[in-house]
Amino acid sequence: MMSDTQTTDFAKSSAPLLQVVGISKAFPGVQALSNVSLRLYPGEILAVVGENGAGKSTLMKILAGVLQPDAGQIYLQGHPVRFRHVEDAQRHGIALIHQELNLVPNLDIAGNIFLGREPAQLGPIRWLARDIYRQAALYAQQLGIQAPLTTPVKNLSVGQQQLVEIAKALSLASRILIMDEPTSSLTPRETERLFQIIRQLSQQGVSIIYISHRLREVDQIADRVSVLRDGGNAGELAKDQINYEAMVRLMVGRELKQFYQRHFAAPVAKEALVHVTNLRFHLHQQRPISFTIYRGEVLGVAGLMGSGRTRLLETIFGIRPKISGQIYLGQREVRIQSPYDAIQAGIYLIPEDRKCHGLILEDSVCHNLSLPSLRELTRYWLIRTRQEKILARRMIAHLNIRTPHLDQPVGLLSGGNQQKTVLGKWLARRPRWLLLDEPTRGIDVHTKSEIYALIDNLAHQGVAILLVSSELEEILGLCDRVLVMHQGELAGELPRPQIHEETIMRLATGGKISL
Amino acid sequence: MKKLLGLTVFLALLYAALCIARGQLPDYAFHYNLGRDIGYYGIMTLEAGILIISGGIDLSIGSVVGLTATLLPMILLAYGETNAAYQVFAICLVLGLGALIGLAHGVLITKLGLQPFVVTLCGLFIYRGLARWISEEQVMGLGNRFAQLKGLLYADPVGPFPKFFVILLILVGVFGVFLHGTLYGRYLFAIGGNERAARYAGIAVDRYKILAYVICSTLAAFAGILYVMQHNSALPSNTGSFYELYAIAAAVLGGCSLRGGEGTVPSMVLGTAIIWLLDRWTLTLGIRSELLSTVVGAFLLAGAILEEMLRRWQSEPR
Repeated sequence: MMSDTQTTDFAKSSAPLLQVVGISKAFPGVQALSNVSLRLYPGEILAVVGENGAGKSTLMKILAGVLQPDAGQIYLQGHPVRFRHVEDAQRHGIALIHQELNLVPNLDIAGNIFLGREPAQLGPIRWLARDIYRQAALYAQQLGIQAPLTTPVKNLSVGQQQLVEIAKALSLASRILIMDEPTSSLTPRETERLFQIIRQLSQQGVSIIYISHRLREVDQIADRVSVLRDGGNAGELAKDQINYEAMVRLMVGRELKQFYQRHFAAPVAKEALVHVTNLRFHLHQQRPISFTIYRGEVLGVAGLMGSGRTRLLETIFGIRPKISGQIYLGQREVRIQSPYDAIQAGIYLIPEDRKCHGLILEDSVCHNLSLPSLRELTRYWLIRTRQEKILARRMIAHLNIRTPHLDQPVGLLSGGNQQKTVLGKWLARRPRWLLLDEPTRGIDVHTKSEIYALIDNLAHQGVAILLVSSELEEILGLCDRVLVMHQGELAGELPRPQIHEETIMRLATGGKISL
Repeated sequence: MKKLLGLTVFLALLYAALCIARGQLPDYAFHYNLGRDIGYYGIMTLEAGILIISGGIDLSIGSVVGLTATLLPMILLAYGETNAAYQVFAICLVLGLGALIGLAHGVLITKLGLQPFVVTLCGLFIYRGLARWISEEQVMGLGNRFAQLKGLLYADPVGPFPKFFVILLILVGVFGVFLHGTLYGRYLFAIGGNERAARYAGIAVDRYKILAYVICSTLAAFAGILYVMQHNSALPSNTGSFYELYAIAAAVLGGCSLRGGEGTVPSMVLGTAIIWLLDRWTLTLGIRSELLSTVVGAFLLAGAILEEMLRRWQSEPR
């Protein structure tokens, strides 16, 4: 490990402005951070990188006072501090700029910059107006906000809105700016402009903590990189050590934990079941998406958050309209305009957000399980409730769903059993092609392995499976082949022997690999 | 099931209180009129309830009643000739108008994505205005004609039961089976419970939401027809006013959640019965009739508070 071995220019010149020592934070069922430490020097641009779920966001929320740590201490200029809420952190000069901006769309630029602070500082409304515009003008000039200060922020581009957020932070006399994925919705030009501003702020002594998945950008902008992995420190890179390979290595450098082993079938006659050709679902998509899935194959889809994986699945399933492209199942083209069409063809989606899209939480386990199959259960206009209960009992037994009775509201079950209920809805029918979107998110280890066994089993029955997962282990352990997505496009396809964490991460972050 | 039992018990208590207040068992005429009112308003509770279960709301019920009640006499009296076929035609026309109104609501809400509250609030104004305009603010009445039609739909009791009550029972049967026995009903519950999950389960959400609006407004038109049968005439500026609020109140009292996805047909009837027993009770107690709506509101509020407290008590870890 390279951590704590290198001294940076900043370390030579001054004492740390911010020091985080041994921070831990647990959420129900998951240890988000354990014993994490971090230093930040005045005027430094520190990038914090890590995979999805490595703990970056949690750490930043703790620094900004949104969350409170279970253990550990934060020091500002050597003094221990404790942030009970966001205002506390702000008072100490720490501002967090969220990925989704926190502006009031109808309020103008100046109003947004001084939102919430008008009366106390500036007295009666009449005076307030003139004064905030005068002060806002200073920040606008400093940051190069060209639009008139009376423009409602909803009329600004995302890049400009971000500058307003930064102005807001500066007006709070912030010494530390935390930026969470600031470039995720910026154009390259806006990104370039943002970098100029970040550098300029750093010269003025403002310290920046820069969170990004885009390692190429980190390479450009950061003075130092701190890598998080599985909620802990994975290492640190000084300015001259920052490069793409080093970051990826630290991000994924762990041994594979014990994991479900699939029984990969011997490649007998490979029969293609699914063809997706020239699928476009996004206006800015340069290259359309095409892929094939063989009968009994688990095709993984890896990629970072926001890389378009869920969108791909939802487009196939008919939730979102596609711009162009064909989907073939077997020899036939299936025209999918709504989930109904997909379901008729035997294509089922297990959605990412089970509470929102997968279940009717107040309704019973039985009704949830039977919902997509009601047509088949109907005779003479009436639902045959006996058959319905038989179906529900069958799925409960098959998937080992733990519920006190059939009429239990599904919202009262544990996360794992809820997820099994979602699966049961579709397995009660005959799937030909299953779209699984993060099928094991937020569920316990035991249920996870049950679901893995189920996926393996389905593959053996000849079902084609498209599996989106942010957990690389899952991709590595389950998939015959992996597609990697980056910014709404296919960045590459990896056959089984070439599925490695490093190659996946590299493709997912916009890098190239040589096959 | 528990809710149904609770409502029944409450209804029984209310009836007992009423008997005590009167000092004797109420007579047949009292029950007949009560049954008629429950029958009449129950129809509207049913339509509002179906919509609320599917996650919608309709504020225009009363105005649709007003418009259709105004139109029916005009159509019936448009020609001197009034044979049975023409009467059936007139009624179908009015019901068709109701269906059309519901279709318009449904399409605006699903295809344009407007809020149900807004669309039907606009409806409330529009249909009331139309009723007043086409009638030129004149009372529209049937006079002493159409005795047979009035007998069929209103006046002739079935055994000891008022006709409206019997009509309600028929509708309760039909819509009870529809809501609780068929997949269409199950879909409406699913849509009201979680519209997005319903969509992800392959349900043509828009189609069924439109269906719910069509059912609701068609039944409102039917209520308009029955109004004319009972009262012989309609006052365009007033007929049906606030009916939607009574309907929604009764549905909520009967256990429909305004969040959608919850409620049963029998308990909607019980909700209506409670409101009309309250009405009679306040009358017997000598509470001024102006205060009736206050009493109903207070009971509704008490019910809501009770339910919330029960819910909290149940969900608390013990």
